[in-house]
Amino acid sequence: MNNILVMPMIIPLLTGIILVFLRHYIKTQRVLGILSSIATVVVSVLILHQIQQEGILRLDFGGWLPPYGILFVADSFSMLLVVTTSIVTGILLIYAFSSIGKQYEHMFFYPFVFFLVAGVNGSFLTGDLFNLFVCFEVMLLSSYVLITMGGRKIQLIESIKYVTINVLSSWFFLMGIAYLYGTVGTLNMAHLSVRIAEVGQGPLLTVISLIFLIVFSLKAGLLLYFWLPGSYSAPPTVIAALFGALLTKVGIYAMFRVFTLIFYHEPVITHTAIGVMAILTMIGGSVGALAYNDIRKIVSYNVVIAVGFILAGLAISTEVAFQGAIYYLIHDMIVKALLFLLVGTMIYLTGKAKIEEMSGLIRNYPTLGWLFFITMLSLAGIPPLSGFIGKVFIGQGAIESGSFILLIAAFLSGIFVLYSLLRIFMNCFWGETIINEDDDVPLKKGMLVPCILFAIMTIAIGIGVEGLAPYVTDAARTLMNPEIYIDAVLQGNR
Amino acid sequence: MKINDVILQTVTKIVVFIILTFGVELFLSGHNNPGGGFIGGLVLSSAFVLLYLVHDIETVHKGIPFDFKKIAALGAFLAVGTGIGSVLFGKHFLTQAAGHFNLPVFGDTELSTVIVFEAGVALTVVGVVVTIISTISEDV
Repeated sequence: MNNILVMPMIIPLLTGIILVFLRHYIKTQRVLGILSSIATVVVSVLILHQIQQEGILRLDFGGWLPPYGILFVADSFSMLLVVTTSIVTGILLIYAFSSIGKQYEHMFFYPFVFFLVAGVNGSFLTGDLFNLFVCFEVMLLSSYVLITMGGRKIQLIESIKYVTINVLSSWFFLMGIAYLYGTVGTLNMAHLSVRIAEVGQGPLLTVISLIFLIVFSLKAGLLLYFWLPGSYSAPPTVIAALFGALLTKVGIYAMFRVFTLIFYHEPVITHTAIGVMAILTMIGGSVGALAYNDIRKIVSYNVVIAVGFILAGLAISTEVAFQGAIYYLIHDMIVKALLFLLVGTMIYLTGKAKIEEMSGLIRNYPTLGWLFFITMLSLAGIPPLSGFIGKVFIGQGAIESGSFILLIAAFLSGIFVLYSLLRIFMNCFWGETIINEDDDVPLKKGMLVPCILFAIMTIAIGIGVEGLAPYVTDAARTLMNPEIYIDAVLQGNR
Repeated sequence: MKINDVILQTVTKIVVFIILTFGVELFLSGHNNPGGGFIGGLVLSSAFVLLYLVHDIETVHKGIPFDFKKIAALGAFLAVGTGIGSVLFGKHFLTQAAGHFNLPVFGDTELSTVIVFEAGVALTVVGVVVTIISTISEDV
């Protein structure tokens, strides 16, 4: 029994509920928010350590044993993501303090951020497919509120698309779950894996797996990303950063979990489909990132490219590629948050969003310029920064398994990422400054500090990757060998 | 335009009490029979919605001076709180306890901590439904 397992979900949930009562006490909300984020980080790190000593942990709600009860399962993969989520949210909260504004803070902004985090952490931790659906909904409902909050015209336009597409994909999700329950009679993920291994993944089950592929592709933005750039560039900076860093990652996580634990018997069909979709995503994302002049659109398309890149790791499906994908997932959560913050700050400072309307920002805001430079290098995968190690491992996995088309697509997409960001860097930061000394908007410390913290993290992960390695290796080993997960959950009572 | 709805208002005065009683009955029967916090909460909130329809929002607010958003939050707090409660007693998260008690008037009664959880669910449902309805009506 490990009640600590439920804490990464319960702490944000309780904080959110309590903050609803403190609607008009903004100072108290901020203090409680930060304290709760720190508590979540501490608890998650503790769990991650415990896993290394005792193996995969599980908590049966109400003492009902699996496969009958609902449970939370924590392996290294899910806990690494929970830790990253908690840290990223904490830092984003600091940015929100100085940028979001009174109106939002009175309209339950902080509670819904915490409900979102509760949903995200719950999705990472749950060991039950229906529970995964519920946690997805908790996360999505909060994101609906956050995307429409403020009620500007562009937000409402984009939110209609966002809500419609997500309601549709949730419906598909529910349908997939119903089919699966009708076919094998269980929804516990480990039990599903056992039963499917027993009866064999026939055509029927493969079709069901493709329904899940569609659902998670919609959520993660794999090929079906048409809704993503618009809705990620509509809300205020900090909400966009929260979405860019966390939401697609939950879809990616679900895809990894389902296609390594449950539907791993027909890689020729499912994993090839994922590979093809990943390549198309990278191509489409690159085209989008180069085509637009709106910097918010450019960074949103960068999210799309990263989704394709990470899922290339799943398509290759070797232990090394999984390691690369996990490293890159962690890196991407941090760096995408940083990128969205930087771009949002640029728009806040200049009041403009098109690259040709900005120029010479580095003269007025040198720190911001250099932070953008670091982000760019990190996303491109230059060695001392965090993007490097993930790219190396995915590349190595691709070569070992002979998936050369994926390899080429993955590394070319890196060049397009670099070029699209260089375009922003050269147009907006170099050249003659457009802002004269008098009406130079001061860059608030509260906006700069979170960016610096993220930059320190990307450097620290790049240099201290040795310290992260045992966790990532363990996570990849568990993904590669589903028996480890199954044994931990069912413990022989199949 | 002033609509004369004396009949509607008079009927509502009686019907609301029937609905509320039925809601409580559904809520209490939930443990072993069809019913429970969610359905009970929906029926309870339908009574409030009926009041909103028949009278205007200000009148209802004068009679029921609660912030329904806070009621929803209170409900969620109760529901999560029962989960935390079991953690404090060193049991699995969300473990529920039940026992038989010999109460005056009722005699031998089964009491369970599930009722607190269900009450939380019911309050959340009432709070959310009434908030949604009143927000929509304010918009127009």
